[in-house]
Amino acid sequence: MQSNAQLEYDYSVVKLFTFATILFGIIGMTIGVIIAFQLAFPELSNLAGEYGTFSRLRPLHTNGVAFGFTLSGIFATWYYVGQRTLKMSLKESKFLMTVAKLHFWLYFITILLAVVTLILGYTTSKEYAELEWPLDLLVVVWWVLWGVSMFGMIGLRRERAIYVSIWYYMSSFLAVAMLYLFNNMEVPTFFWSGDAPSSLMHSISMYSGTNDALVQWWYGHNAVAFVFTTPIIAIIYYFLPKESGQPIFSYKLSVLAFWGLMFVYLWAGGHHLLYSTVPDWMQTMGSAMSVVLILPSWGSAINMLLTMKGEWQQLQTSPLIKFMILASTFYMLSTIEGPIQAIKSVNAIAHFTDWIPGHVHDGTLGWVGFMIIASLYHMAPRIYKRELYSKKLMDTQFWLQTTGIVLYFTSMWIAGITQGMMWRAYDDYGSLLYSFIDTVEVLHPYYTLRGIGGLFYLIGFFMFAFNMYKTATSGRVLDKEPANASPMA
Amino acid sequence: MFHWLEQRPFFFAVMLFLTVAFAGFIEIVPDFSKASQPLVGKKPSTVLQLAGRQVYIKDSCNACHSQLIRPFKAETDRYGMYSLSGEYAYDRPFLWGSKRTGPDLHRVGNYRTTEWHENHMMNPPAVVPGSIMPKYPHMFTNLADLATAYANASTQKAVFGVPYDQKGMPKLGTWKEAKAQALEDAKKIASEMKNQSVKDMVAAGKVPEIVALIAYLNSLK
Repeated sequence: MQSNAQLEYDYSVVKLFTFATILFGIIGMTIGVIIAFQLAFPELSNLAGEYGTFSRLRPLHTNGVAFGFTLSGIFATWYYVGQRTLKMSLKESKFLMTVAKLHFWLYFITILLAVVTLILGYTTSKEYAELEWPLDLLVVVWWVLWGVSMFGMIGLRRERAIYVSIWYYMSSFLAVAMLYLFNNMEVPTFFWSGDAPSSLMHSISMYSGTNDALVQWWYGHNAVAFVFTTPIIAIIYYFLPKESGQPIFSYKLSVLAFWGLMFVYLWAGGHHLLYSTVPDWMQTMGSAMSVVLILPSWGSAINMLLTMKGEWQQLQTSPLIKFMILASTFYMLSTIEGPIQAIKSVNAIAHFTDWIPGHVHDGTLGWVGFMIIASLYHMAPRIYKRELYSKKLMDTQFWLQTTGIVLYFTSMWIAGITQGMMWRAYDDYGSLLYSFIDTVEVLHPYYTLRGIGGLFYLIGFFMFAFNMYKTATSGRVLDKEPANASPMA
Repeated sequence: MFHWLEQRPFFFAVMLFLTVAFAGFIEIVPDFSKASQPLVGKKPSTVLQLAGRQVYIKDSCNACHSQLIRPFKAETDRYGMYSLSGEYAYDRPFLWGSKRTGPDLHRVGNYRTTEWHENHMMNPPAVVPGSIMPKYPHMFTNLADLATAYANASTQKAVFGVPYDQKGMPKLGTWKEAKAQALEDAKKIASEMKNQSVKDMVAAGKVPEIVALIAYLNSLK
């Protein structure tokens, strides 16, 4: 069915989501740097009254970067990769175009409302599911719209087989839909308030205590899986071969890694609840399956690295390839680190410490952030039809951000293990050696270093924003698209 | 088989969903009803305590404090008896937290007093030198949302069968009764505090957030 005539793709929605990625990236990461420094210099926590404390801002940071920055990036790439690998254009269907636009605007409004409500203290307290019930309903609406656009575009495709990237986007859509619905089952209390003038925004969870914890971490861990992992794998499966001109190393490895990841990932949620009051067998399953998870994770990562076989000199010439290869490497690092932390005896020390945010950030800054940045850089000349403004700036950004990430995770490793060991230290007489505050004061230098690392990353992000802005407005106009080999060809 | 699936997005999506949903189905369904039964004698929170719990959630105390004591000697020595599932049976949502930037609070009611919390929430480093906790002076002026706490309790009673208004359990009654009771409880807490404006507010029938929060923290045992 493949026609050789050039399809005219429509990038208007891609551009909107690209803008949102940069905007929410700046907001989310700036708050991240602020709260990092608040832990090192606590006076910073009281500059804006109740609205500026670490505790109010922390959910704003996590939601901002996960659901603002990352999701925008995912949607931007979806509308680009989707059209191109399915060989269809949004121009062909008025309906899908409307759905896509509506998807963007509802999404954008939700995230803005999320910022406002979280600052005001409307939160359910469940991590990465903090939004209160009216916002949850909005999320469901635009998530469904994304699904409509996805399956609608698939329905109009000219390419019979669906490409690996599409498998991964599909998995994100389906899994997050299931996880989000079940974890956010909540009852608005307003309807049982009798004549009490109660808040319309408040709700309580459908599940209580241990059950609530179980559902929350089944969700929480897999929100990581299906927002920070699978769509990012979708991105790298498209953009690395495109940018490097190399075909994917192995189809079989893609299949194995994909279905392996789908089957194993959900089991691993239990590793957030080791030594808690959830049934022991689930903890053990969570722990064991987390170790098994190394296989499919490394499968994808190795597939990416081997795609560059014989072409490693590209690392010297293309900063974009550097971003993507380092991203795969960070993916390997964090998918070996996670399983290590999930081993029960290691978890006994690591849980509740800064090693956990350290782990999250080598994944999110190194893998998620770098891949989204790289994909936006790749798309920029093609959607704005202008040459990238500055490769040199891109290179500087790469090194600055890489340094930032290294500072971040090394300081958090040391901080976490130090604190974990101090909590359990005894003196010769069998009493606890350190009071809690001793174990906090010792962290000051590491918190400072982490803040500096985060600041480097943020400055790099501003360079990215500037570079993108300049590309869109004053890059040299291209009369035709920069050529790259196609993974579909 | 995979080639076949990859050309049929519908079946692909079905297979995918089954593969992904499998783990949740096995893990969550069988034990669900058993896992959250209250310990014998466990009582649900009063309206004032629930209002305090809402303050705890509003200011995301759970971002830095856990409420889960693991069964290790180093934890039971520091925080008390390890946590049991039945203690959480009325917790909606659960508040275990995932990070201990500050200490665990699951049994903080056993070893901290109203006065300690009052001083500490106003200015943590003055009570614990070196503390990196933010100050929470706004809790001394903001009013606790008793009406929503009442709605919270009556939803628990109506929808989830939490035993309010039963023999030996906290009384809920109508909003008017519940409000009067919460105010009564607040007066007891305020009498142990020294902040004059808080005392004045409670005497005037208004309950600042700090009073509710302390009622909640004192109930964590």
